[in-house]
Amino acid sequence: MNNLIASTAIKARQLTEEEIHEIEHEKTHYPYTQAVGLEALKIVQKYQGWVSDESLLAVSEYLDIAPDELEGVATFFNMIFRRPVGKNVILLCDSVACWMLGCDNLKEHISNTLGVDYGETTKDGLFTLIPVPCLGACDKAPVMMVGRETYTHLSTNKIDQIIAHIRDESPVELDN
Amino acid sequence: MVKITVDGKVLEVDESKNLLEEILSQGEDLPYFCWHPSMGSVGSCRQCAVIEYANDEDERGRLNMACMTAPREGARYSIEKAAKFRAQAIESIMINHPHDCPVCEEGGECHLQDMTVMSGHNYRRYDGKKKTHTNQYLGPFIGHEMNRCITCYRCVRFYKDYAGGTDFGPQASHDNTYFGRWQEGPLESEFSGNLAEVCPTGVFTDKPFSKHYVRKWDLQTAPSLCAGCSVGCNTNPGERYGTLRRVVNRFNDEVNGYFLCDRGRFGTGYVNSDERITVSMTRSAHDAAPHLASTDEARSQLQAMAANSIGIGSPRASLEANFALRELVGAENFYAGISTNELAMSRQILDIYRSRPVNIANIKDIEASDAVLILGEDVTNTAARLALALRQSVRNLGKKMARDMKFPEWQDAAIRQLTMDRKSPLYILSAHATRLDDIAARVKIGTAANSARLGFAIAHEIDSSAPAVNGLSADEKELVTTIASALKEASQPLIISGTGAMSQALIAAAANIATALNGADKKANLALVSAEANSMGLALLMESSDNSLDQAMASNAKAAIVLENDLYRRAPASSVDSFINGLDQLAVLDSLKTRTGEQANLVLAAGTFAETSGTFVNYEVRAQHYYSVFKPVDTIRSSAFWLSDKKLSELTQGCADSISGGAGIATLTPGEGFSVSGMKVPRQQHRYSGRTAMRANINVHEPKQEQDEEGILTYSMEGVSALKDATVFNTAWAGGWNSNQSVFKFQSHTGAALKQATKGHCLVENSVSEKTWSEVTDAEKVTGDFEVFPLYHLFGSEELTANTEAIKAKATSAYIAINEADASKLGLQASDGVSVEHNGAVPYIIRSSIAPGTVGIPVGLKGLNFRDLPAAISLQKATDWATPSEWHAANIIVSDKTSVNAENGGEA
Ligand code: SF4
Ligand code: SF4
Ligand code: FES
Ligand code: FES
Repeated sequence: MNNLIASTAIKARQLTEEEIHEIEHEKTHYPYTQAVGLEALKIVQKYQGWVSDESLLAVSEYLDIAPDELEGVATFFNMIFRRPVGKNVILLCDSVACWMLGCDNLKEHISNTLGVDYGETTKDGLFTLIPVPCLGACDKAPVMMVGRETYTHLSTNKIDQIIAHIRDESPVELDN
Repeated sequence: MVKITVDGKVLEVDESKNLLEEILSQGEDLPYFCWHPSMGSVGSCRQCAVIEYANDEDERGRLNMACMTAPREGARYSIEKAAKFRAQAIESIMINHPHDCPVCEEGGECHLQDMTVMSGHNYRRYDGKKKTHTNQYLGPFIGHEMNRCITCYRCVRFYKDYAGGTDFGPQASHDNTYFGRWQEGPLESEFSGNLAEVCPTGVFTDKPFSKHYVRKWDLQTAPSLCAGCSVGCNTNPGERYGTLRRVVNRFNDEVNGYFLCDRGRFGTGYVNSDERITVSMTRSAHDAAPHLASTDEARSQLQAMAANSIGIGSPRASLEANFALRELVGAENFYAGISTNELAMSRQILDIYRSRPVNIANIKDIEASDAVLILGEDVTNTAARLALALRQSVRNLGKKMARDMKFPEWQDAAIRQLTMDRKSPLYILSAHATRLDDIAARVKIGTAANSARLGFAIAHEIDSSAPAVNGLSADEKELVTTIASALKEASQPLIISGTGAMSQALIAAAANIATALNGADKKANLALVSAEANSMGLALLMESSDNSLDQAMASNAKAAIVLENDLYRRAPASSVDSFINGLDQLAVLDSLKTRTGEQANLVLAAGTFAETSGTFVNYEVRAQHYYSVFKPVDTIRSSAFWLSDKKLSELTQGCADSISGGAGIATLTPGEGFSVSGMKVPRQQHRYSGRTAMRANINVHEPKQEQDEEGILTYSMEGVSALKDATVFNTAWAGGWNSNQSVFKFQSHTGAALKQATKGHCLVENSVSEKTWSEVTDAEKVTGDFEVFPLYHLFGSEELTANTEAIKAKATSAYIAINEADASKLGLQASDGVSVEHNGAVPYIIRSSIAPGTVGIPVGLKGLNFRDLPAAISLQKATDWATPSEWHAANIIVSDKTSVNAENGGEA
């Protein structure tokens, strides 16, 4: 019983052909379009870097899922970004094993180096720093991911190298 | 039934229910949050924990959530042994909860407060930083304070799962969990107000109440009824300092259960409005200067003119007031105050209920129906509470699937998972898309005449002795057979129609279908929605009379007494004008100023439902009594008082005696002699504060308590409020249970009927088994460019509630709704208005569902009187057009594709 006289000023953007193509492909995997909501958000994020209100509405209209429903999905999963992020998202583990091995210091170090706190993006748009709970590599703690790459046995030195590397090679092609 | 032992006590309980509701039903206290008697269990709050022992030897047991446990024969449980766990569970729930009870509107009737105390979590140990949230603007009805949330998920389960709302939901997870809309804005569900009662804390609050808030215990309350439509939901309104403050639900398992619609909850502000008539006025002629009339003067003037007057009654006035008017002017001079067609429809409904082998459906019946056909009634807007019940009916397929798999009905989340989007069939035949289309198997758009034709055909398809319809197209035949076989296969089919479409043929068709479904061991459910709170009561008084408003206006009467009725809403303005011009004397009794009242030479200030007592008869012909909540200023009196010297109870008895089958009307109250511990039931709670101070600015002497004419309740604190006895259920309160959750203490079984209170009395006892049929009537040929059909607005179409600020904020002025092709044929540009033949110009909206050549016109909205229009009209692009200031397109909540220009008032 969705009201169709929309009272919001936000307008859906046009989905791109690639996005539509991939969403259509996902649809073939599920009996209900509702189930495709999360995949569609991931597809949009893959192409746009994040899920804007306009993108969320576009998916909502395309799949006929209420925007409130999609928002619930989008905000439940912390890897769906509802705010713009930098080119490289640093996911620093702050769970038990990593915490015991000093991830707090690493966080300090990254923050000082990049000038960003958790949830923030560097001015040059290169990095966003986000905490994650356990990356499943506790035996190699402390751990972080940048893009799809996992970096283990971290130290401040190692972090400097990774950052420098990414900056040099920028944009680092991370095969997402 | 199985025998179980709880802390050594042997209990006999129902194994099809969950342990929590069974324990509560036995009168024990066990805290809970997420479970709700109407919404089942999800086991999310971990508050109802008990210990379950595996066998007699087991001493340790294991922790189980009572709401997720099916009682086992012979099993042992302990509530006590899980006390520590429950205290810890609530301590963790309370970690982020603010310490703001003193400024929280839930305070004093808060389920969270009650459960916290009950669980023994008395001191906070957590002194860290609390998580805080940003609140949202959710429209004029509901306030939002997210910091108070304990993430029980009841709100979502009500709003989305139960009421079908799509514009609200849970967001994020763990500490960030948030319940709101994805963007701020007014909640769209017609049932949003129930959030205030469903949420166990102060997250969602009644916003209009916030503007003049007082604590629950400071409200004067009484058992009352909603006067918003023909459902007659039971309510407990509350008053303080002479103003009506709020309305909450009063449980009645057969009428409204735990829920109200937003018109009922938020639509009573008119009682406090500036538009009230607070004094009686008189003048010698239409153009003479009016002067104040004292009570005696007004009454004797009315009596003096009565002998030569006709009386015009009203479907929104009480049975007693209508009856008193009929007595005063004589039955032959008493007219119904509604058009000939409308009177005929209400009498038709009575006749059908009495003469057909059908079961008149209450909400329990509706919820239990497993196949539904809605014939031309926009239930969401004309009898909203029924729409909420219909949403439950389509879940019966899922419940059946669950039964077949042998898991219990209260397993709410599991059943929803199992069912996915499978639904019991619901079919809608309507002139436009409705808000129930999302749960419908098929929707067929067509005029009332055509829907009636299909309805007759369905009846014939089910039972060939029903009259047949000729000339169906192949498509129509297919639809007819599909619907007929779904209804036939169902174990409890339901047909819903009503007077909304203003078509007798449609009602007759509904009756034929329900009749056709009658079989050896089954009766179909039939619900025929009537127009107003007391339409059926008026019909009962008019059973042997054809006196309609049209006839009153043609009667050449020289004097008329009009009871709570604005004739300009009932008939074309020109006819009303000439009728009134022909009168020498016009007396009007009403609570609000109306166009009819303005022309009267005697106006009597009448009390609203909140200030008077009386009887309404709902769509099921169920008579229900409402008690006055408070005494208005002395110059305002009940219409029954103005019209008669008799006591209210004598008038009620008079109704009971003169209405056929009406004996039950006199049984609706426990009678004058009723007392609890030798005292009358007080409207004010024992905690009512400031009684001696509240008038001290006027006079330090406390005035004598107002007398109650009925002698059952008093306008005072003295006496014993009915704490264990719901005979006169003026507020839900029990020891340790300050919130509305306490209602289970008064129920025969958790979620079932109240122990003592009356459910009202159905005045039709139908035991017919013989089938009779209505003839198929040929639709009258309508000539004109656009065939008119009525549209209804929950917020705005009802006369009295429309005078409430909160309702105005959700309403709009009149417009027309047409199809896109017709709009372009008329050459309409986005911001144009449309001239409606002789009736000025209004804005328009385009609705994809509307058939070409038809036009939807809202009933009762400002700017266009539906009753002024013929059956078909011509439309034209308006010249010299300015958008009316009360045009708010964003308040039109529909479910088909709709467009409206932004300049055309499309603001949120
Ligand atoms: S808002 Fe109220 S009903 Fe909803 S989850 Fe929070 S506490 Fe429960
Ligand atoms: S459904 Fe009708 S009677 Fe019930 S609350 Fe709504 S307006 Fe009032
Ligand atoms: S705790 Fe850091 S990877 Fe598991
Ligand atoms: S009421 Fe049982 S877990 Fe919430």
